[in-house]
Amino acid sequence: MTDNNKGHIVGVNGNLLTVEFDTAVTQNEVAYAVLGDIRLKAEVIRVRGQRADLQVFEGTEGLKVGDPIEFTDDLLSAELGPGLLTKVFDGLQNPLNKLAEKSGFFLQRGIYMDPLEYDSEWDFTPIAKPGDTLFAGDRIGFVPEGIFKHYIMLPFSFLGSWEVISVAPAGKYNLRACMAKVRNARGEERDVTMVQKWPVKIPVSCYKEKLMPVNPLITQQRIIDSFFPVAQGGTFCTPGPFGAGKTVLQHAISQHAEADVVIIAACGERAGEVVEILREFPELKDPRTGKSLMDRSIIICNTSSMPVAAREASVYTAVTLAEYYRQMGLNVLLLADSTSRWAQALREMSGRLEEIPGEESFPAYLESRIASFYERAGLVVLNDGSKGSITIGGSVSPAGGNFEEPVTQATLKVVGAFLGLSRDRSSARRFPAIHPLDSWSKYQSIVDESKLQLARQTLRRGTEVNQMMKVVGEEGTTTDDFVIYLKSEFLDFVYLQQNTFDAVDAATSKDRQVYTFNKVIDVLNTDFDFEDKDIARRYFLELRLLFTDLNYIAFDDAKFKEQEEKIIAKISERAQHA
Amino acid sequence: MRKVYHKIIQIAGNVITVEAENVGNNDLAEVTTTRGTSLAQVIRLQDNKVYLQVFAGSRGISTGDEVRFLGHPMQVSASDDLLGRIFTGSGQPRDSRPPIEEDMINIGGPSVNPAKRVIPRKMIRTGIPMIDVFNTLVESQKLPIFSVAGEPYNELLARIAMQAEVDVIILGGMGLKYDDYLKFRNTLDEHGALSRSVLFIHTASDPIVESLLVPDMCLAVAEQYALRDKRVLVLLTDMTNFSDALKEIAITMEQIPSNRGYPGDLYSQLAARYEKAVDFDGAGSITILAVTTMPGDDVTHPVPDNTGYITEGQFYLRNGRIEPFGSLSRLKQQVNGRTRGDHRVIMDTMIRFYADFKETLEKQSMGFQMSSWDNKLLKFGKRFETEMMDLSVNIPLEEALDLGWKILADCFDPTETGIKTDLIREYWPKDAQ
Repeated sequence: MTDNNKGHIVGVNGNLLTVEFDTAVTQNEVAYAVLGDIRLKAEVIRVRGQRADLQVFEGTEGLKVGDPIEFTDDLLSAELGPGLLTKVFDGLQNPLNKLAEKSGFFLQRGIYMDPLEYDSEWDFTPIAKPGDTLFAGDRIGFVPEGIFKHYIMLPFSFLGSWEVISVAPAGKYNLRACMAKVRNARGEERDVTMVQKWPVKIPVSCYKEKLMPVNPLITQQRIIDSFFPVAQGGTFCTPGPFGAGKTVLQHAISQHAEADVVIIAACGERAGEVVEILREFPELKDPRTGKSLMDRSIIICNTSSMPVAAREASVYTAVTLAEYYRQMGLNVLLLADSTSRWAQALREMSGRLEEIPGEESFPAYLESRIASFYERAGLVVLNDGSKGSITIGGSVSPAGGNFEEPVTQATLKVVGAFLGLSRDRSSARRFPAIHPLDSWSKYQSIVDESKLQLARQTLRRGTEVNQMMKVVGEEGTTTDDFVIYLKSEFLDFVYLQQNTFDAVDAATSKDRQVYTFNKVIDVLNTDFDFEDKDIARRYFLELRLLFTDLNYIAFDDAKFKEQEEKIIAKISERAQHA
Repeated sequence: MRKVYHKIIQIAGNVITVEAENVGNNDLAEVTTTRGTSLAQVIRLQDNKVYLQVFAGSRGISTGDEVRFLGHPMQVSASDDLLGRIFTGSGQPRDSRPPIEEDMINIGGPSVNPAKRVIPRKMIRTGIPMIDVFNTLVESQKLPIFSVAGEPYNELLARIAMQAEVDVIILGGMGLKYDDYLKFRNTLDEHGALSRSVLFIHTASDPIVESLLVPDMCLAVAEQYALRDKRVLVLLTDMTNFSDALKEIAITMEQIPSNRGYPGDLYSQLAARYEKAVDFDGAGSITILAVTTMPGDDVTHPVPDNTGYITEGQFYLRNGRIEPFGSLSRLKQQVNGRTRGDHRVIMDTMIRFYADFKETLEKQSMGFQMSSWDNKLLKFGKRFETEMMDLSVNIPLEEALDLGWKILADCFDPTETGIKTDLIREYWPKDAQ
């Protein structure tokens, strides 16, 4: 540590330091600004001559020209090892609960703590044997972490092939213990512990190949799974103006999605929302495992009032943790809320660096940064043939709710599904407010494609009739057209809309979706016979109520069948060819 | 004695540049001119140049004037003696009583560890049905009132302050008209609330840079009181003036503007203030209500737009009423499930019908024939506007819910409402059927 490069401050502009250094510096190297007895973490983001620009991950108040800088020679890295699950970190992977124990109510700057508990003991079972040849990411052994086998792997940073010299026998070890000794072709010997470090801004690529994502990731949200599906290993974005329910939707997905591990990156958003997750997840049960939801979750939380540079780092930290668990053959879901705040962090730094601005003064490299972030998603075949995936869902908060802005546009280019939230729908309290006509998905739906076409057609026609009615009035519309409108409204109310605050309606399983979707399609397919529009409206209101009540009854409840009978009876009341 | 610098090498806008050494970022300085002394704050360091924003403005500063660095950032007293007092944006007494200098703390302190926050669960009752029923205000919420010039937003703010059950009220005025300031003070006084209030007032005639300090002063004091187990309500009016002051400084510093001249960090700057709203785990709470006037009634203007993404909802005040569309309390779900069993359903159903009513109104204005359903909606809409939306209505939540059922029952039959059957059975007025 002592012989590392040093320097001193020559300029302070917001959270940007200009530093004069002595010997060589590395781009994206971590450095510390020393202010009395505290050290503030910073990252080199530009070098010009003997001066480097550093973004500080903390407030810079009190720093003076001439204050010393210590460089570390390390890139900004995440620590990977057993014990990450259930944790709550800030953007730099400091554990927030331990910070609270140490420094109380406030996040005092300059306090950094180990992300992992080095003294915790883990029950190790070896897999590799002396003499085996391993590559980075290959499994040495495993420890149980919650419901998963947490594999101890040859660190991702080990290049080339390594021969195993020895492996620790089964037993309890802490995180400092040497689990294996390995040697490469050049005769270099290294110890492997359960912990490894990886620079967050570089993708982990220890896998054989990347596959096309095909299997749906069931989110238990009807409008998503049936109409705009998301695939395991795919990407999706949820742009929407404020108040359209982005965060509520993300919470619903994080609770009900059928992923092994869920990582939530609360990036530049409200602290209150993170608190809801922090306090509620431990209480909620994952119906698939019977364990607390927290057991499968990691939360990276860099809320809007926390330093902006750490906000930029937080999404990279999150995706690096996702890649780590993917390497164990798990399906990981990463939810980033919101990528716009991350883009704004880029913009703030770009402005301080006085770079030539692009559109809306976002930096010119915005698109490539967004693309390379989403490209870290994917379904991969690991070295041993097993599969793992990362699905990335990013919410976008476009300025003024206008999807033409640069962040939304750059995101749309690289994602596989677009779940656009609409203010009109949210004002009309139609939740989730995903727009059924504007949104799209390139992935395969769980329901029958031809039926889906019919449903979409009905929605489109219904909207047209509704538009027309605004011009020619209800009296100028034929009863047939009016019934199409009523059918589209019916589909909207009983299928697209879902009440996240109701215990039953909040999550609809795949089987139930297919089942009820067919019921809804039956209604759309039926020719009804009505004397006039008022009777038609009244009939559909009644039918809708029967269906809504059905949505609130558990699938395996005896009442479900009862309610279904009522619906069938109701349909035949007016069906032309009953 | 600290060193005094005489070499002001640049004066541009309200920012002066001095050659000085050993100065900390964000430290305060005193600039002494022939017209008096003003506070100034370091906003940038570059080699031996120190950039200072001068709170009283740069008018009348001479290149030979004295600059003395104080060696600490802006501070404010957090003593209990502040209660009942009125200060300027920079913390000087405005009520011709002596200044308070005990218990000084730095303003703009670090943010709260999310692990030390709790989920807000306490409703703040206001007696305004549009808030209590439809967009419940919750302790520790941060909520702006989006409005335009001429609307009674300050009256609304004052009314909520008077009716809310809180321990301390802190009012921050930015660019406040002098009349409005007097009105606030008198209202607080009349209701006997002045003795539990602290006022930081920057009026429209004060130098604009001074308004930058107001939110931080208010929130630093609020934080200290909240840590002493007090429930604090912070009222800020008007945050658009604050943002405009930010814009002015950013432009002077030749920062690249992002949107309509506002700096790229507007979101972070606003968030740093609003995020001070908190319900501490094991101490008091801070609730923030802030007025944001929308230039040109345009919600996509950068200030209301960024604000909307930060705050936990918003109230739209338009034509003297709180608009049901667009207005939103994100925290209402935390409390309205435990008020009364019918709270949520009344809220949803009435808003839905009101939206339909608006559509029908449109149809009516275009001269279309009204169906019997349209007539029902028209009847409902009129009653909703006069009996619920009017700001003069002042009834407790339970009465407002009963009124909601009554209006529904007078206009519709149970099936038409689409309300779950078991709730209809429990709450539908018995005399209606």
